[in-house]
Amino acid sequence: MADTSLPEVPVKDPSRLQLALQSDFFYQFKRSPVAVVSFVVVSILILSAIFAPLIAPHDPFDPSSLNLMNGFSAPMTPNAFTGETFWLGTDDQGRDVFSTILYGMRISLFVGAAAVAFAMVLGITLGLLAGYVGGWTETIIMRVADVQLTFPAILVAMLIFGIAKGVTPVEYRDQMAIWVLIIAIGLSDWVQFARVVRGATLVEKNKEYVQAARLIGRTSPAIMLRHILPNVLSPVLVIATISLALAIIAEATLSFLGVGAPPTQPSLGTLIRIGQGFLFSGEWWILLFPAVTLLTLALGVNLLGDWLRDALNPRLR
Amino acid sequence: MLAYVIQRVAQSALVLLVVGLVAFSMFRFVGDPIDNMLGQERTQADIDRLRVVLGLDQPFVVQYYKFLESAVQGNFGVSYRQGRPVSEILMERAPATLELAAVSGFLAISLGIALGVFTAIRRNGFAANAIMSVSLIGVSLPTFLIGILLIYLFSVELGWLPSFGRGETVKIGGWSTGFLTESGLKALILPSITLGLYQMTLIMRLVRSEMLEVLRQDYIRFARARGLKERAVNFHHALKNTLVPVITVTGLQLGSIIAFAIITETVFQWPGVGLLFINAIQFVDIPVMAAYLMLISVMFVGINLIVDLLYFAIDPRLRADRTGGH
Repeated sequence: MADTSLPEVPVKDPSRLQLALQSDFFYQFKRSPVAVVSFVVVSILILSAIFAPLIAPHDPFDPSSLNLMNGFSAPMTPNAFTGETFWLGTDDQGRDVFSTILYGMRISLFVGAAAVAFAMVLGITLGLLAGYVGGWTETIIMRVADVQLTFPAILVAMLIFGIAKGVTPVEYRDQMAIWVLIIAIGLSDWVQFARVVRGATLVEKNKEYVQAARLIGRTSPAIMLRHILPNVLSPVLVIATISLALAIIAEATLSFLGVGAPPTQPSLGTLIRIGQGFLFSGEWWILLFPAVTLLTLALGVNLLGDWLRDALNPRLR
Repeated sequence: MLAYVIQRVAQSALVLLVVGLVAFSMFRFVGDPIDNMLGQERTQADIDRLRVVLGLDQPFVVQYYKFLESAVQGNFGVSYRQGRPVSEILMERAPATLELAAVSGFLAISLGIALGVFTAIRRNGFAANAIMSVSLIGVSLPTFLIGILLIYLFSVELGWLPSFGRGETVKIGGWSTGFLTESGLKALILPSITLGLYQMTLIMRLVRSEMLEVLRQDYIRFARARGLKERAVNFHHALKNTLVPVITVTGLQLGSIIAFAIITETVFQWPGVGLLFINAIQFVDIPVMAAYLMLISVMFVGINLIVDLLYFAIDPRLRADRTGGH
């Protein structure tokens, strides 16, 4: 008897990358020029911030590499004394503006990302608790959220920064400033996450899979983290992206006002603050380039967030 | 209705008590007031005496109560940095901020509503689309960059307007006003545009979307069918019905204008309360920070309460919901 079955052809399971490339999400992404452009721009900025020490022609924090004679060189023109040329010019101390922007962007992005991560963890935890546990826990958490929402986030961040600055001893203030900034911006921003997660949890917790998990005896924390959380993550992702843009601007604003990153660790906001001092004497490049970088970064992340919101919302398709 | 009012008032009072507690703890835990007030050459007897005089030997709750009592009477202590009563400094600075806020609020509301109506009526026109795109940029530009941009354009390049300060002011009673001198008015222009721009775009977008919503309703179609003039339909029928949400949002934005004044005042070195607050943070001047915190909270909580109650009074649907639901 002849074997009629076909010879077995090995079928490879599609790899994760292939799955991602075939996904609806990626299709949407390819079709939106705004999303592609802002993704590319933001990626370039983030990568150049991460690899700043490799890219930057000078180390702005190394005093030995600075030459005061190079001060106030205009962009792309050789310095009158040393003959050195700087792409984006130098500031009053002869620091290369391009390098300070790269390092400044590093601090801006780090503070922004860390603040959003902090706000996200706090907001998700409180939102899950409020939605799943309910009762008094919910009332208290959501009341606090409501009250905080009535105050503008930037004001809350300023107040927290001010209080924290008062509490830390003088000698640690400059070192702690970055961390205080992260906590201040994070605390001013958790409400959005908590509200969305709570709303989604209220819907999810009555679904059958949650009841099933409860029936087989899983504990409440396990149900919240392993079952509900993965199902409420997509709106969180959207808020996180938009929050990142807001956090970057909040950090820049605080640093610009002189209540943020210290002069020893200048962020983009600090650089703009320094640059403003040279506005009247004609050294426009010290101000302009950090400002343009900040805007590009914030706008890029914002547009990406907008696109993400539309792409992840099935109702808008 | 009464139950709702009482509930909201009680809630607001609770919030203010908590804010008061935060402000009070700042005094308690940030530095020792004794250290701040007595010099190097102090004896234990001095310290003990001052501790009793200041009431620091009493229990926490009693101290908190006393703090609230004096705060309600407008007594916030003495500024560490300037050595003068905080209430006096605040009174001196308040007119600058209030005048700035009033002018920018007026700009934001009048221009916001006008542009909102315009962009809604000429929805597909070139001008309306241009305004909408520009407003998108306006929303994503941080306030301080708008300020710097305006300074660069109108003070540095064109030299038309001053870049900092209030110009000359005239004293009327305890109120110093910049409205009466030419330099005072000139100095107001750039800061109030900076401060009002964000609120203006917000109001404009809100009015536009509300107008578009209303213009689709049947009663508008009916008004048109009756042969009413376009103008009468747009302004009498449509605009009127968009105003309830606009008033709410505008009310809530009043508080934001005062808060964002901090940024504008710093950019333009405008001698108002916001600049005072930023300087207080930089120098850890606790009494000023606490006083500002209390004042701004009273304002925010008050505005929210009023807006909520007004909303409740204006919109009968809300009332029916409340009484029916519970």
